[in-house]
Amino acid sequence: MARVHDRGGWQGAGPVDKSEHQLSWWEKRTDAIATLLMTQKRVMRVDELRRAIESMEPAAYEGCKYYEKWLHAVETVMAEKGILKREETDRKVKELEAGG
Amino acid sequence: MSARFKAGDRVRVRVGSPPGHLRTPLYIQGKIGSVERLHGDYRNPESLAHGGDGLPKQQLYLVRFAQPHVWPKYPGPPRDQLLIDIYEHWLEPA
Repeated sequence: MARVHDRGGWQGAGPVDKSEHQLSWWEKRTDAIATLLMTQKRVMRVDELRRAIESMEPAAYEGCKYYEKWLHAVETVMAEKGILKREETDRKVKELEAGG
Repeated sequence: MSARFKAGDRVRVRVGSPPGHLRTPLYIQGKIGSVERLHGDYRNPESLAHGGDGLPKQQLYLVRFAQPHVWPKYPGPPRDQLLIDIYEHWLEPA
């Protein structure tokens, strides 16, 4: 069974986009948060990060940027471990959207 | 845990798609290569990915494949090689 992330050899996948782009602040921050959780806090393993990315719904996986997948994985693993509750992240997002 | 294979051994990559996280890409499954060297034993990422302890450790090998064998329509030089890390439980004698 072809998994969404296991791309090598997919027919008709087209050329790889090798163009570089500037990282935005949230991408850098996402990298920093995930790295801290894996190296300093040691509450998440890189294998867990990858597994959480790989288990995304195919449509979501295809529609997300690289660091959006990381963010999804961090939220997923933190929620699984009870370190951060979904309600807490949802509430914070609402606050930020309201300009808080 | 002792290593099952040594440098130069011919090995075939197992074919399978167990649920969960795995590090053996689809394109290399079923292919025959030769062991380049043993890296050592490491905690099993298939267990670590799901919150497990990764034990028992698994031997990890660097395995060499001929690119035209991996990719039947390989457009590059026929002597090109692919080197890839594969855990012992994904390998069988060939």
